[in-house]
Amino acid sequence: MRNPRLFSSLLLLLLPALGYAQSVASGSDLTQIVITSLVVLFLIIIVMLVANSFLKVEAQSMGVSKTGEGFGIIPSMDQLFAKNLPRGVDKKDVHFLRQGFNLSLQGEPAKRVNPVAGKTYAIKPTNFIGMSPIPKVVPAVGDTVQAGDILFFDKKNPQVKFVAPVSGEVIEINRGEKRSIASIVILADKEISHKKHTTPSLTGDRQAIVDFMLEAGVWPMLRQRPYNVVANPSQAPKSIFVSTFDSAPLAPDLGFVVQGREAAFQKGLDVLNALTPGDVNLGLNGKANSAKAFSQAQGVKKHYFRGQHPAGNVGIHIHHVDPVSAAQVVWTAGVQDVITIGQLFLDGTFDATRYIAVTGAELKNPAYAKTFIGAKVSDLLEDQVKSDAGDIRIISGDVLSGEKVSADDYMNFYDDQLTELEEGDYYELFGWLLPIAPRPSTSGTFPNKLFGDYKFKADTNSHGEKRAFVLTGHYEKVLPMDVLPQELMKAIMANDFERMEGLGIYELVEEDVAICEFTCVSKQPLQSILREGLDVMREQG
Amino acid sequence: MKKVAEFLESKMPPKDKPILHTAYDAFFTFAFAPKSTTQNGVHVRDGMDLKRLMVHVVIGLQLLYLFGTYNIGHQHFVALGEYTGFFEGLNLKLAYGLIKMIPLFIVANAVGLGIEFWYAAKRGHAVEEGYLVTGALIPLIMPPDLPMWILALSIVFAVIIGKEAFGGTGMNVFNIALLARVFVFFAYPTTISGDQVWVAGFDEIAAGAAPTYGWAEGAFNSLFESLSWPTFNSASSIVDGYTGATPLGLAYEGGWSAVTDVYSSQQMLWGSIPGSVGESNKIFILIGLAFLTITGIASWRIIFSVIAGAAVMGLALNAWGATPFMEVAWYNHFLMGSLLFAAVYMATDPVTASQTSTGKYIYGFLIGAVGLIVRVLNPAYPEGWMLAILFMNAFAPLIDHYVVEANMKRRMKRLKNRSTSLPTLTEAEVQSTAEAATA
Repeated sequence: MRNPRLFSSLLLLLLPALGYAQSVASGSDLTQIVITSLVVLFLIIIVMLVANSFLKVEAQSMGVSKTGEGFGIIPSMDQLFAKNLPRGVDKKDVHFLRQGFNLSLQGEPAKRVNPVAGKTYAIKPTNFIGMSPIPKVVPAVGDTVQAGDILFFDKKNPQVKFVAPVSGEVIEINRGEKRSIASIVILADKEISHKKHTTPSLTGDRQAIVDFMLEAGVWPMLRQRPYNVVANPSQAPKSIFVSTFDSAPLAPDLGFVVQGREAAFQKGLDVLNALTPGDVNLGLNGKANSAKAFSQAQGVKKHYFRGQHPAGNVGIHIHHVDPVSAAQVVWTAGVQDVITIGQLFLDGTFDATRYIAVTGAELKNPAYAKTFIGAKVSDLLEDQVKSDAGDIRIISGDVLSGEKVSADDYMNFYDDQLTELEEGDYYELFGWLLPIAPRPSTSGTFPNKLFGDYKFKADTNSHGEKRAFVLTGHYEKVLPMDVLPQELMKAIMANDFERMEGLGIYELVEEDVAICEFTCVSKQPLQSILREGLDVMREQG
Repeated sequence: MKKVAEFLESKMPPKDKPILHTAYDAFFTFAFAPKSTTQNGVHVRDGMDLKRLMVHVVIGLQLLYLFGTYNIGHQHFVALGEYTGFFEGLNLKLAYGLIKMIPLFIVANAVGLGIEFWYAAKRGHAVEEGYLVTGALIPLIMPPDLPMWILALSIVFAVIIGKEAFGGTGMNVFNIALLARVFVFFAYPTTISGDQVWVAGFDEIAAGAAPTYGWAEGAFNSLFESLSWPTFNSASSIVDGYTGATPLGLAYEGGWSAVTDVYSSQQMLWGSIPGSVGESNKIFILIGLAFLTITGIASWRIIFSVIAGAAVMGLALNAWGATPFMEVAWYNHFLMGSLLFAAVYMATDPVTASQTSTGKYIYGFLIGAVGLIVRVLNPAYPEGWMLAILFMNAFAPLIDHYVVEANMKRRMKRLKNRSTSLPTLTEAEVQSTAEAATA
């Protein structure tokens, strides 16, 4: 209510009406009560409408507003739903997503780039889903490599090459369980030297382009839906999707990240266009103006998505634009991956530069770091953690779908965000009933909605124990897809292939159900359940 | 506080004593939210958990508890012809209500939780919170004079057969509280008649004799005397006709006018009439409805569609109008019996209701419609919500099945519409790529 005086006068109007209704009720005639209350309701509505118009007229006559819009007490439909669409965007290009939830946390990155003097970088074969545990490693420990030299490939799939992000000396090949390769570490040179390629023409043979990309090592940047695995080079996708905004908590602003690399981004989109007979679909933010590199991109179809997280997830865009099945695959690529691909076709070098958002409430100055793929976590966090911070958790990625890493570990291949978070291993007296510290929640039992944009200082406490599925309908409230998440999860747990397929398991990957897992009252591990199901489906073929 | 929690946790009995361990763990996690942290998957979890969910339903029931307890005493004294004003003899009515309610509540929770603890220990998992709500609902839907052993037996039946046999909280097919009630209804029908009012305190005594208060007289009277409040007085006698019919029984016999001859609609709205403990005050149920839907605990879809189903069926019966009960205007049905209570607290149990959003509309609507049919057309027992909800509990999986099938069909259709130009490589192209790769 913008006008408390009007509100209280409405209440005053209502009270005698109630008194009248009561005196009627003693005559025990319910019909009269119903009719009276309806009349009262209509009266209130009429008074509200008239007051609304008066307020607008007043605003106009005082010259505050030309149309009087925004001065009424009743928000118009336009104000509620279509306010500030990005410049020059038609309503019909916008997908309005009602479901979703923005988890707003402290520690957003400032739009500033800290240079990082990284010493070591590593590529982790475990980052690639479906890769065999022991890939063929090409260089030996002690060999020197250039940025773009082949590091390893999967023996099942030898044409896809994984290359060094920086030049330098291979100093470690770490092994994990059962002799699997955990990471290949490179001690970087001061000046990065690049392997030089001669690039094929984009108008030429598609196969030549594919072969070149495979050899140059940018192929792993293309991922395939379903399954989120590295794209299969012997198949053409029906379309390719790139999301230009990340709605995850504390996510990097991709419009900031693309600055200065617009040409490479556009070139990358041109390459993608050469790879698919269908469209290259660009998902743009329907809430704010996008960077020019995105809003004025050429040769792509632009789709605007307006809503809360996960509106920026590419999986949501695919679902609404061009849904997938086992036989109909699409490819996806991240914005910085597109830039790397574009750079390769611009100057023939593998440029693994990454702007990484280093975020979290326990950091002194959360900002962006300019580094390369596979940067060491401790290099990114150097002198950044507050001195009074307690136990912290470091996450490669965002708090919803990222992976817990240690300071000695390296960034995951696809991640452009590092988050750190306070560990929450504390007891809380009657914490389930009378929470003292504010905490993020989708539930109406917390007064969070009254505080609008409040930024929470979250921790890793699970706020309860794992239980069977009890509450229903709360996943649907945060997932803007025509999917029944709980039914799908149950089908996966029951190993019911037909239902998994029918309920759309192909349309989802972990990051899409992450927000459902956040909101889950029964604390179920939805992301790992989904991945189990996806693995089973992938192995079935 | 951290030290207290750690000390208490260090005293946790070992796991080889499962019953002690489970019970201790249940009380410990009740007192302290656990310190467990997220491991894989999301790193930040919602502050909401099952305990908080369940306890909010219990909070939503508190006004009904308050009113219901008082009303037990009120009806008792009205039947005696004493303190007939609602606020007269306040202390006596409250004391009498508590004497009736506290044993009901204790037995309901001790028996039910006892079984839960035992099964949790046997299965080696933590005690789940589902019984919190069941244990709070059961005292509200049972007759206040129900013998304790019947209550205990009904809960044993409901919890073991209805819930633990299916695997515990979240797995049951039927609403546990209603299962307990339906057990009493069929096994001990004399204790739970639907057409005669339930007034506490007269079951065991012969007609015309006066009720005695036993220990309550000694326990409370000296206190009440010292405060110069009214005291329990066993010399009173029963007024004639305290065994009246319920509004539904009256409506069955003579339609709405027969009801309003005995009870005014004001009385029925505010609930100062005999009936189940929880159902009578419609205003407080509506407040509970607002609380549960604003906090998002109960599904507004179900509540809305139960009410819609009852309204539509009420209109249809009005149009038919073959008996006096059918002619009772549709909106008056909301004032009688437990329609609103069932819609807000019983039909909305998320485990036994339909689980899909579309299914919830269908499920709720059918409860409303079927319940009103049973209420109006069933000659033996003029109330239908317990039976309608249990009936629809059985059909909820079927409803969900069709909603899920529809979702699957929709997905197939979407794919078909878009697959006109599926661009895959020809066999030869795939072959050449593979050769190139191996070479």
